[in-house]
Formats: sequence, C-alpha cells, structure tokens
Amino acid sequence: MVQLDAIQKRLISEIADLHGVPEGAYNFRANGGLAGRQTTANIDIVSKENGSGIDIHIKPGTVNESVHIPVVLSQTGLKEVVYNDFYVGEGADVVIVAGCGIDNCGGQDSEHDGVHRFFLEKNAKVKYVEKHYGSGDGTGKRILNPVTEVHMDEGSYMEMEMVQIKGVDSTERTTVAELKKDAKLVVRERLMTHGEQRALSVYKVELNGENASADVVSRSIARDRSYQKLDACIVGNAPCKGHTECDSIIMDEGTILAVPSLEAHHVDASLVHEAAIGKIAGEQLIKLMTLGLTEQQAEEEIINGFLA
Amino acid sequence: MLELRNLSFAVEEDGVKKEILHDLNLTVKDRQFMVITGPNGSGKSTLARLIAGIEKPTSGQILLDGEDITDKSITERAKLGIGYAFQQPVRFKGIRVLTLLRLAAGKNLNVSEACNYLSEVGLCARDYIQREVNASLSGGELKRIEIATVLARKARFTVFDEPEAGIDLWSFQNLIRIFESMRENIKDSSMIIISHQERILQIADKIAVVSDGRIDRQGSRDEIYPTLVGTSAAQAACSRLK
Repeated sequence: MVQLDAIQKRLISEIADLHGVPEGAYNFRANGGLAGRQTTANIDIVSKENGSGIDIHIKPGTVNESVHIPVVLSQTGLKEVVYNDFYVGEGADVVIVAGCGIDNCGGQDSEHDGVHRFFLEKNAKVKYVEKHYGSGDGTGKRILNPVTEVHMDEGSYMEMEMVQIKGVDSTERTTVAELKKDAKLVVRERLMTHGEQRALSVYKVELNGENASADVVSRSIARDRSYQKLDACIVGNAPCKGHTECDSIIMDEGTILAVPSLEAHHVDASLVHEAAIGKIAGEQLIKLMTLGLTEQQAEEEIINGFLA
Repeated sequence: MLELRNLSFAVEEDGVKKEILHDLNLTVKDRQFMVITGPNGSGKSTLARLIAGIEKPTSGQILLDGEDITDKSITERAKLGIGYAFQQPVRFKGIRVLTLLRLAAGKNLNVSEACNYLSEVGLCARDYIQREVNASLSGGELKRIEIATVLARKARFTVFDEPEAGIDLWSFQNLIRIFESMRENIKDSSMIIISHQERILQIADKIAVVSDGRIDRQGSRDEIYPTLVGTSAAQAACSRLK
C-alpha cells in the first residue's frame, strides 16, 4: 500500500531507521498526501474531518505496540501545517516514532510544520522519538517548525527523544507540557546546526501535581556560522522535582544562546538548571590523536559521542 | 630504539624566553625499560610530551629506529608505534569506555576483548564497559582506564607520565605486572616511565635523573638507584602515611 520513490525511501531511513514497511500501526505522509496507513486492533488512525491531520487513538492497556508516522517532502516549494493528536489510553505502554525529512533540490522553500498533541491518560507510558533531517542541494530552504504539546495525567510517563542533526535550514521548535500528580517527563534533545542554519528550541514544562517531575536535557553543537537559541523553562506549581540542562559545543563562528529558566510557585518545588557552552577541549583532541586518529577524525568522534 | 639528540625546549612567558629543557641526550634501546625521575618542575612531563609530539622542540632531534620523527605530528607518531599515557587523563562527555578502547586498539574489539583490558587494570569490566568517560568517574578509575587504552594500543614504544599518580588504592604490584606483561607480549617493545616511586625505579633497566631541564646522570639501575635512595626522586609507595 505504501508507495514511495527512492528519495522518499532514503528520507524515511534517515528519520525513522526504517528500510521497509514497519510492523504495527503507521501513517506515511509524502508531499502533502497520504502514502500509506495501517491500523491495528488497539491503535486506530483516522483523518481529521477538515483534512488538516490525523487523530491516533491508542486503547487503554495496549502494550508493546508501536506507531510510526513519518513525513517526507521531496517536492520544492511545498508548505504544509499538519495537526496530529495522540490519545493514549490508561495504562498503555507504546512507542511512537515521528519524524520529518525534507529533500529540496529546487529554488523554493519547503516547509513542514507539525503540531503534535499528546493526551496521556492515567499511568500511560510513551516513548516518543522524533528525528528531523534535510537534504538536497537546491537554493530553497528546508524549514521545520514543530510544536509539541504534552498533557500528562496522574502517574503517566513520557520519554521524548528529539534529534535534528543535519540539513534543516531553519527551525523553531516549541514544546510545552503540563504534568499532573506523579507524572514524569524525560526529554533528550540532540541538535546540530551548520552552515548558516538557525535553530530555536523552546521548552515550557509545568509541574502542576504533587510529585510530578521533569528532566529536560539538551545537547547541541553549533558549527560554521550557525545560530542556536535554547530556551528551557520549568515551572513548579506543586511539590515537584525539575531539572534542565543545556550543554553545548561551539565551533567555528557559531553562536549559541542558552537561556535556562526556573519558576517556582510552591515552597516544595525543587528545581535545578545547568548550562554550559564550550569548545572541544584541546586535550580531548590530543588524547585521540595519540591513539592514531587525525585531528579531523578525533573531532568527529568527540561530536558523535556528545550527540549519541 | 628511541634517541633524543641535543633536545631543547623553551617557552615564552611575558616576553621572556624560559628554557625548560637544555640540550638533552638520551637513548632507549629495544626491550629496554627506562625510568626517568627527578624533582617536580624539572621538565620530565615536557620531555614525555615532546616524545609524543604534543610539543615541538625548539632545537634538536627525535629519532625512532633511526628515522627522524622530530617534525611528525602526534597522529603520525602514534601510527609509527608511539604510545602515551597521560598523567591527568582526559574526560569525554558521551564517549563510552568501550568506544575509547576500540579507538585505542584501532579495530572493532569485541566486548570480551575490551573487558580483558579493563580486568588487567583491576576494574570489574562489566561495570565499566558501557560507562561514559565523563566526570562521573573518579580520578583513580579514569587513570586505570587511561592505562587500559595504552594497553589496547600495543605500541612498540610507550611513554607513561606518572602512571602511579591517583591509583594509591590499587596495588603497585599490579601496575608493575602490567609493565612486565607489556614487555613480554609486545615484541621488542620498550618504554619510558616517568616516576618518583622507588618500586618502579627498582624494576628499571636504566634510570635517568632529570634536574633543571638537564640529564643530571643516567645509567643502569644498579649504578643510579643507590644514589637516589632517601631523596625525593625515590619515594616509598606510602610516603604520605609516614
């Protein structure tokens, strides 16, 4: 049922590590249209009536299932905004893999703005993986502006892995989350910009219930003349625990702004932030060179490790 | 064989030239185990860094098996078979112990091979192989991992810069066993160890004493060691406890 050309298949393998049709539920979107869909007994995917996106319904108690919703754009000049809503039933435990790949060989800008909303019911557990990738040698820009909204009910758990390593010219990522009692959010962001790219990443996490906790860690590298702004805010409105960390390597003529912030409205809110920006240490390069690596290989190893 | 010929090294501090090493001559033959000792600040670590290529001499030559390597880079020297163990090992965020050992070995070591190197330095391999070489490791753990990476290199010529520093809790006997097994297992290998420790001095074939950037004296262990006993150049392993 899934029909993809060679470029689209390459994009899919970059963003979802998929080399064929995945098992479980999926929804493939290519160049603004549906390219394939599969539902399971427990996971239903339906198009919104106005055609602006999809609703994914995961039944309570669904375990060990996955949903893939990759998007690929290989047509220059295409701009789209897509709304995807995930309803994760009580006690479900699932993996959701999203991601967007843009190949732009033309002269016009291509843009995909995905708005993902997650509604986790009590004790639901989600691992969410989102990868963004751009390629193509056209002069048109590759633009991705994802918005992620997470609503977490009591005792729910969400782990988000957000990766954007290559080829996206401009991105403005916004992630907001609100957590009830005993809910836990873990975010691992990996970002690398190069050339003239610009990336903004904004997090606002509100810990509203007793014993809610969040751990938001961003590791990023700015190369060439690229620009990054990382803005992570955790708000504690109850007895809760929050930790945010922005750790960046700056290279060449890159620019990095790290703006971690904390806001406490409860005397038992325990919030911590850390931020560090630095270049690759000379001693690190030297150590790897004494093992026989060239300076360039050493640099690549350090970057790969840092973003692993 | 490694030869240092008329090696000098100077740095400029606030516009004033300061010589760290002066006209140094030293030869380490194949299968030889040389310990370089001397007071702190005498230039021993600089000498180690010159051999590894991290610093370039102001004048003089470094030869490995007769080939002049003075102008070769760190990488080129590593490929020619020079190994170097840092006095203060480097931390890497994100790089795992296994990855570092694989890079050191220059091949895709399997987990059990990598574990063998960790066991040799007295670390319970299972607990460490997937750990990141980051600030979560103690100084002593890091130092042992550093020595494990040098073991995995199987270099023909290795320089250890104060290998005993920071591993007080681990017995010297183990460290000495490592040096001996390197000598046995790597054909024609030789090494320079920079150390003040008398137990390391006692197993040297040859000892050189560096003082004020010059080689004050050098010779066989039997000649030199007795002249060092009771000085800061030959400290007992537990001197701190005395």
